[in-house]
Amino acid sequence: MAEGEWQPKILAIICNWCSYAGADLAGSARTQYPPDVRAIRVMCTGRVDPLFIMKAFADGADGVLISGCHFGDCHYLAGNFKCAKRMFLMKSILKDIGIEDNRLRMTFVSASEGAKWANVITDVVETVKELGPSPISAFNKN
Amino acid sequence: MAEEKKQPRIGVFVCHCGTNIAGSIDVKAVQEYARTLPGVIVADDYQYMCSTPGQTKIDNAIKENDLTGVVVAACSPRLHEPTFRTATKEGGLNPFRFEMANIREQDAWVHMHDNAGATAKAKDAIRIAVAKAALLEDLYPKSVPVEHAAMVVGAGVGGIQAALDLANAGIKTYLIDKLPTVGGRMSQLDKTFPTLDCSQCILTPKMVDVGRHPNIDLRTYTEVEAVEGYIGNFDITLRKKARGVLTPTEATEKGIVGGGCNGCGDCDAVCPVIKPNPFELGMKPRKAIYIYHPQVTPLIYTVDFDSCIKCGLCVEACGEKKAIDLDMADAFETVKVGTVILATGYDIFPIEKKREWGYKQFDNVITSLEFERLICASGPTGGHLIRPSDGQTPKKVAFVLCAGSRDNTGVGKPYCSRFCCMYSLKHAHQMMEKIPGCQPYIFYMDIRSFGKQYEEFYYRIQDEGAKFIRGRVANILEDAKTKDLHVYAEDTLLGQPVDLTVDLVVLAAAIEPTQGIDPVRKMFGVSCSQDGWMLEAHPKLNPCGTTTAGVFLAGVCQGPKDIPDTVAQAEGAASAASIPIHMGKVELEPYFAQCIEEKCAGCGMCVNLCPYSALALVEKDGKQVMQVTEAKCKGCGTCGGFCPGGAIYMQHFTTPQIVAQIDAFLLGGEE
Ligand code: FES
Repeated sequence: MAEGEWQPKILAIICNWCSYAGADLAGSARTQYPPDVRAIRVMCTGRVDPLFIMKAFADGADGVLISGCHFGDCHYLAGNFKCAKRMFLMKSILKDIGIEDNRLRMTFVSASEGAKWANVITDVVETVKELGPSPISAFNKN
Repeated sequence: MAEEKKQPRIGVFVCHCGTNIAGSIDVKAVQEYARTLPGVIVADDYQYMCSTPGQTKIDNAIKENDLTGVVVAACSPRLHEPTFRTATKEGGLNPFRFEMANIREQDAWVHMHDNAGATAKAKDAIRIAVAKAALLEDLYPKSVPVEHAAMVVGAGVGGIQAALDLANAGIKTYLIDKLPTVGGRMSQLDKTFPTLDCSQCILTPKMVDVGRHPNIDLRTYTEVEAVEGYIGNFDITLRKKARGVLTPTEATEKGIVGGGCNGCGDCDAVCPVIKPNPFELGMKPRKAIYIYHPQVTPLIYTVDFDSCIKCGLCVEACGEKKAIDLDMADAFETVKVGTVILATGYDIFPIEKKREWGYKQFDNVITSLEFERLICASGPTGGHLIRPSDGQTPKKVAFVLCAGSRDNTGVGKPYCSRFCCMYSLKHAHQMMEKIPGCQPYIFYMDIRSFGKQYEEFYYRIQDEGAKFIRGRVANILEDAKTKDLHVYAEDTLLGQPVDLTVDLVVLAAAIEPTQGIDPVRKMFGVSCSQDGWMLEAHPKLNPCGTTTAGVFLAGVCQGPKDIPDTVAQAEGAASAASIPIHMGKVELEPYFAQCIEEKCAGCGMCVNLCPYSALALVEKDGKQVMQVTEAKCKGCGTCGGFCPGGAIYMQHFTTPQIVAQIDAFLLGGEE
């Protein structure tokens, strides 16, 4: 963590069976990635209520990542698919209210893809850093 | 749901995990920070929280401080959540009043050179966990009865062993295989290394055993069609493929007394259709009505409806036994079992993809499995090893090891297939034994002879005169006239190029997961690793289990292994699969959905979203509300993620809990 550099606040909501396990695997393999993302575990991405995403942005999150199993691999058959459908809605709402829609991302990382998890996080952090602070967090400060 | 509310009193325990965590995170600072968080009454740290003294700390802290919730910041909850739940329970709290902050796998280990970043992340993770812990409630696992039956999918040597173990433990076991016989790959092998036992001789007694064990319900030529339910109560629909032939039992059921197939083969003799025999890898013909190989269990003929021309000659030949029914259709049956073992084996990697070795381009390039059939006394040549091009006995034979294994070119497989070294040594031995004056050349990268008596076997083959050339074969070309083969490689020990002319090349082709197994894997909710092998629950500590409770793995479907390892894992899986059945009941995690009836508008959207039909609309106090069948609910929360009225209460992952976590992260931090 370089002194003085702006640290984005990025929330990840990830499913227990694939992405959480993939993130654990990145750990066991000691694959290094930037420390800017905080993860909350749910059983399945199907649990992700659009409210959670809206709440995170309202609270000033600079980015939100939803990560689950690959299509067809969801532990509960198709929760990830149902979540993915909600993502389109969320992205269009974000655009409408003036938040860049690439602050919100959904990825699919399996339990064996530790390296992919590290890449995803690195990429998300880079994207959000390029975008800079979320307009809402700036607004909240004033 | 709603209990009398008590002000949250939370204890936080930060684990050093030796230096695993403490090496990259300032544990003291984190522990002191935790003490300042709202609701936190005690904060402590310890070398190893999972040790007995560590757990005792939790136990004592709960009692001394009348805690309402416990947070442990340590490794992944996927590893130690059960441990700390037990500790929480020992202290007198409901075990679901425990929350874990993962500061090892998802923090200390992945930010090893960023102390400040990792420490800040740990503080946030604990703040998030404390916010959730403040809202946790007492929950009670649901106990459900377990069906006293099991299913084994795949009847190779692993599946056979697992089924026998389960059956001998007194459990009714369905053993199914998509082929018309049990036996799997092992029945195609001639001899096994390093003991040189005849593969059929050691396997057939077991095949016969599964055929007549009173507790085994053998279903060959049968596939899994659909899976429903959960540990203890799987409802599995089987597709019994149309076999075109009645067993004696089926015939009796149909009132054909004394009828049914007795394996006489009269039909086979008259059938006019000739097809390649897949058991002999196409090196022998087969009729449209066939037995898979001479030792099939059960001994019942099968009609290959893809090639049958329905001429009816076989029906005539069968005569009074009336065993053949050319109009038979697939039949479906749903059976109930408590646990399942997957033992679906492997296929040979299509080695023709490695074009440089000329398989399927040059007649005299064969695979090891073809060699196995050619050297086998019951094989297509009666055990005479011949060159496919001219039927001559080969004298100089090159064995190419790691053919498609340990291959990072993107064409082959990156992993080691684990038994090719050993069977290639065995092949060299077998040909030297059968063909006087012959010379095997083994092209290898490394000889991996890791098992019991394997290294000794390697020395023996060296002594017998096999030549070993260390180097990967770059290219194989055919002499168009003689059909001899030029093998080009680099001898990496001598640092010299090799150009060797041989009569026959045997490719020790890599193995890969069974073709078309993915739908079955997914039906059981089992994940796979990147190379497609089924994923075990934990690579070290739970190699037979999967993330689906009640589903276990045996044999190569989990990753390449040889026969002893397969049998050992099968016995392990059988033992694991028998535990819930013998216990008679299992506890389901209580992550059930609940309906908040005042908020429910009865729209029914959730009913359609639920993948398990656990939700239904019912009439209550004059209005429609959703109702949950807890035993069917697996707790994914998909209904809760969608309910427009926020009327669904996902136990342990409630909306207030998750929102509190989000708020704690984004609003609760130090500025
Ligand atoms: S369980 Fe991973 S997305 Fe459903």
